[in-house]
Parts: sequence; C-alpha cells; structure tokens
Amino acid sequence: MNDIPKRFSVRINMQKEHVDMTHGSGGRAMAQLIEELFVKHFDNDLLRQGNDQAAFDVSAGRMVMSTDGHVVSPLFFPGGDIGSLAVHGTVNDIAMSGAKPLYLSAGFIIEEGFALVELERIVKSMAAASAKAGVPVVTGDTKVVEKGKGDGVFITTTGIGVVPDGVNISGHRATPGDVILVSGYIGDHGVAILSKRENLEFETEIRSDSAALHTLVASMVEAIPDIHCLRDPTRGGIAATLNEISQQSHVGMKLFEKHIPVRPDVAAACELLGLDSLYVANEGKLIAICSQQHANKLLQVMREHPLGQQAAIIGQVTEDAHGFITMETRFGGSRVVDWLAGEQLPRIC
Amino acid sequence: MKYVDEFRDQDLAKNLAKSIASEAEPSRTYNVMEFCGGHTHAIFRYGVQDLMPENVNFVHGPGCPVCVLPIPRIDNAIELAERDGAIICSYGDMMRVPASKKRSLLKAKASGADIRMVYSTQDALKIARNNPDREVVFFAIGFETTTPPTAVAIKQAHAQGLTNFSVFCNHVLTPAAIQHILQSPEVREIGTVSIDGFLGPSHVSSIIGSQPYEYFSEEFQKPVVIAGFEPLDVMQSTLMLIRQINEDRHEVENEYKRVVTRQGNQKAQDLVGEVFELRREFEWRGLGQVPYSALRIKQAFSQFDAEQRFEITQGNGKDVKGCECPAILRGAKKPTDCKLFGTVCTPDNPQGSCMVSSEGSCAAYWSYGRFRLDGESKVAAE
Repeated sequence: MNDIPKRFSVRINMQKEHVDMTHGSGGRAMAQLIEELFVKHFDNDLLRQGNDQAAFDVSAGRMVMSTDGHVVSPLFFPGGDIGSLAVHGTVNDIAMSGAKPLYLSAGFIIEEGFALVELERIVKSMAAASAKAGVPVVTGDTKVVEKGKGDGVFITTTGIGVVPDGVNISGHRATPGDVILVSGYIGDHGVAILSKRENLEFETEIRSDSAALHTLVASMVEAIPDIHCLRDPTRGGIAATLNEISQQSHVGMKLFEKHIPVRPDVAAACELLGLDSLYVANEGKLIAICSQQHANKLLQVMREHPLGQQAAIIGQVTEDAHGFITMETRFGGSRVVDWLAGEQLPRIC
Repeated sequence: MKYVDEFRDQDLAKNLAKSIASEAEPSRTYNVMEFCGGHTHAIFRYGVQDLMPENVNFVHGPGCPVCVLPIPRIDNAIELAERDGAIICSYGDMMRVPASKKRSLLKAKASGADIRMVYSTQDALKIARNNPDREVVFFAIGFETTTPPTAVAIKQAHAQGLTNFSVFCNHVLTPAAIQHILQSPEVREIGTVSIDGFLGPSHVSSIIGSQPYEYFSEEFQKPVVIAGFEPLDVMQSTLMLIRQINEDRHEVENEYKRVVTRQGNQKAQDLVGEVFELRREFEWRGLGQVPYSALRIKQAFSQFDAEQRFEITQGNGKDVKGCECPAILRGAKKPTDCKLFGTVCTPDNPQGSCMVSSEGSCAAYWSYGRFRLDGESKVAAE
C-alpha cells in the first residue's frame, strides 16, 4: 500500500464513525472510504489501478457470468456473514457450470448510519473468503441510501469464469435413469440463520455451511467431465432445485428420504419449528446429476473432498411428463415433493 | 433421534399395516375422520394412505385453525391493521389466507399496514412494550392449544399495566365443532357423508383431556380415538378405531397416553376460564354459526379486548365463487371435487383457506398427493 500517495490528512476512524451520505456522494469522503476500506482489504493489482472497470486478458473458450444480490438478515450468523456469503454465492453460481471462477465485482448499497466497524468486519470477511477461494474482487461500487431506505447493507456480487473444454453442464440435461447426488448435510444454513433471527432465537450449535464449492466441482469435473447437471440448492432448498431441474429437463424424479443426509440437530430444529428440511436453504452444498454408470465414481470423488465427505446418492431421474418429484418416505409411504409456496412458515397447532 | 424417529419407524409401520389389513373386514368400508389438520398433514407427508387397505379412508375434518376462520373476521383484522398507528401481530400461517376483495394480511402489509409475524404471544407483548405510542393488537386464532398462551399474555399485560396492547380474539372450541358436523344434514339426514369414527385431536386434548368427547361418542354412537400427530400414532389409532367399529363399540379411547389424560391440563383450563368466557355463537367457515363454539375475553379484562376497544364492523365478505372450502371443511366434499382445485386455486395462488395452510386438506392434496389423481386435466393445468 506504500505506493498510494497519502491524500487524506486524517484517517477514517473505523471503530467509531458511521456511514453518512457523503460516503456515497462521489466526493473525497467516498474516495477515502474506498481507499481505506475496500482497496485496503480487497487489495489486488487490478483494483489498485483505480479505474471504473477492471481490464484483463482471458483464455479462449466458453465463459460464464453470474450475479447474485445478498440481502440477508441477520448480517452476522453462526458460520458466516453477508460478506463471506456474497463471495461464496457467486463463486458457486459460476462453479455450477463446471467453470473455474476468475474474478468478482462487488456492489455495496449501504444505509446511512451503518456503523463502519460492522462494515469493516463484513469487508474483511469478504476479503478473506475471496483470498481463500483464490477469486479476487477486481472492481466495485458503493452507494449510500438514506436511513430507513435500506437494511444495513446489501451486497451484489458478479463473477466470471471459464469452462474447461468438454464440459457441458446444464439444467436441461437430466435424463431418465440418471442418478441424483447431494454433496452433504442439508438445511444447515437456513436453520443457522433462523436460530439468530429476532423473536426466534434458540440455542443451537448449528453453523451455516457457507462455502465456496469450486474446488469440489473442479475435482468432480476432472473425474467425470460428463456430469449432466450441477446446482447449489440455496433458497427453497433441495426441493426447489430439483423442481427447477425437472421442469427444465421435462423429467420426473424419485427420491429416497432415508438416503438424504440431515444432521440430527437440524432435523430437531425443523421438527420444533414445523419446517421441512427439504425446503431449507443451503450455501455450501450442491446437487449433481449424472448417468448411472458414472454415479459411483462421482460419489467416491465427492467423498474424498473435504466439502463432500457426507455426499450421498439420494434418488434417480424418471420419465414423467408432469415433472413430479416423488419421495419414498422413511415411513414407507410416498409423497410429492412440490415447489415451496410462499415462505415456509411455522405451523400453529 | 429421541421421540422423533421412534414414531416414524418403517418396520413398526409395516407391522401395523399388516394388522390393519387383516382386521379390516373386506365387506365393509371404514370412513375415519381425522379432525385435526395436524393429522391431515402427517397422513400426506408420510404417505400413510399408501399403507392402508382400499376400504379404509381418511375423511379430512375442519381442524385447521386458519381454515375455519370466516372471511369477515380476516377483513376485521385487516381493518384493524389499517388504523393509524396500529401494529397487528399475527401467526405466520394467517398471513396468506384470502380475505374478501382478493386481500390478505400479506397484501395489506405490502400496501403499508404494519403487520408483524410473531411466533408467540410473548413476541406481541414485547412489541407492545417497545412501541408505547402505538396500538398493538394480537390477532389470536386457534383451538384449545393456542388459547392458554393468549390467556397468559392478557394476564401479563394486565400485571404490567400495558395500555397499548389488546387481543382480537378468535379462539374456537373443538368439541362443539365435532358435534356440529355430526348434526349436519349431510351426516344425519342425507347420508352423503358417512363417518364411522374419529381420530380425536392430540394437542388440543392435552389441554382439555379426553373427557369432553365422551358425550358425543355416546350421543352419536361414534367411536373416538385420541391420536398423536406422528404417523405411527395415526396408524395405531386407526387400528383401534377399526377394532371398535368391528365390535360395534363407541367409546373414547386414548392412544396418545404419553401426553393426554382424561382430565387434561387443569392449570391451563383454569387460566383460560379466568380470562375467557363462551360466546353464544360464532361463525365458522364451512360450518356457519356454531353455538357455544368460541371464546371471548371476560369483562374484567375488557381493556385488552380489541373488539371493545375498537369499532369492529359486521362484514359480509364471502368466499370466492366456486370455492368448495366450506363443504371440504365439513368432510362433505374432497378437494378434487372442487372446480377451482389445481386450476385457478393452487398454493401459490390460493382462492380459499384450505389451500393456504400446510394443514389445509387442499394444500395437502396438492403438495403431497396430486400424483395420485386420476384426472389428467387437473395436472395439465399446472
């Protein structure tokens, strides 16, 4: 940082000050916040150039691009915060095409009055997640909205990545006979968030599974280039993700409840709140669909990766014009696993 | 997991299924009404019907707390929410239930009304304490299970001298509703609904006990088995009902002994008795006016009664035309008998209350069971 000339005589006091309207006005206050907070923590050559865009060379081939807005409440939760989530969310959306994520951008919409100490904590966590993933934040934007017109901070990240040759992963490619895998325990993120939500605080050890999955995907794609579908089951849980894929591919699916991995404490929390873990959000899990002949090999590769140790085969793709997802329940009956309607709400009786 | 997996054991289920299949006489049909939405939910979520022989049918009753609330009462709640400075606190299930003019609490919230989703009456009290210059109204709904917490909240508000807290009371009573169903013309005269026995409420009975059902099992000669909400409870209780029907008995039996006693929870009953009294009649969606079937707040606590504190209009909001919720709640029709089911009415776009709550039979049919439907047209409309 020594090559940046000292343009500001007094440094921002991150411990005591709050974001005000001047931090988004385009003037010196904004320039100082960018320099002393964002450039400082996200530090990389492209960002330090100080341009309104990042310019870089890319290899020839298929590129993917994805964007994700993060509006999580609470901002800090067991196992992560909005900053790490904003990195993982977009890295994962890129990775689900089989691509290697290369660069991220970050747009911050901050509410007037937001404590800089919290903003710095978020930016630090975001920088740590980006460094760990090896995917730098190379350009960004900061806006401040009047008090009452935001909810602390919203972060939008956009990413780009490059798909290796011979990989063609898409939600359209699920074929009857294919096998459905999940990379680990479901529902951790949603339950961790709920446990800290106002009015609903309960004691639990459950932490969000928020994680960047691109290294897991890289090893999966290397072993089985012909994976048909990959998707991270975030909002709406694995039920929403599987319904999306079944609609895109015009197929049905059959799941086996007893094979779906759920932590006992997540199952207990869901039981208490009247929620169904199939619909609870994940931020560090993926669903993979591949042909029957590749399934065991893929499962083995997933289990060898630290983020896939509890991976399991949970069902198969079937022929069904209606696109129904049915599940053999642990109890021995069967049911439809439908889309979530509205929000999942705790039951009364 | 303790007390969860034990009651969902597949091997025990298979054994029970075998007993049911061997004891249900092939020459007769067993129509079992599960009163509670909790049972309906369990039957569909775990696929209990799959384990039943063809002549054992579940008839879904009106025991879904949000389903039975008539439209004018929801309109009233929305009117309360639209008052200047008011905050309405509601259980989550209630948010999406359609009121008249295609409105709902959720839509009123989107248009600016301050409506908060709460998980308990204590949340509502906290909101009242934190907003002393606002009128905070708790939209109280539900059967005997949710009534004691409302009584506690009113007593606490009284003790704490809260002047900005009130309750819009819509608590209803189970035995009165069951009796009303048995007296309905469809059951008594026309015979279009034949109910051979009841799976009695589980959580409700933990409060009121099994005794209140003794009158009508005797009067209407129908067996009642108080059943827990777990799928094995439902199967075991169904077997107990089949045995009673086979032996021509009509008794109140208690399968849910781990929670329910004959007398119930005396302390909770006393609390409710202290704060609430019977209404002469109350309108239920589907059942119409049912005598002595609901509670109102006693005069001693009238300052906490939203109906006395604010002007409540006697609305006449009606169900959407063609919606069969009323008949479905009485067990007279199945969700699939409704023309709106799966066409214009789905959980994403509910026209009637039964499609909203996860305990409503239409929502359960749609979300868990529609792959069973015969008519291709229903699913093609998706």
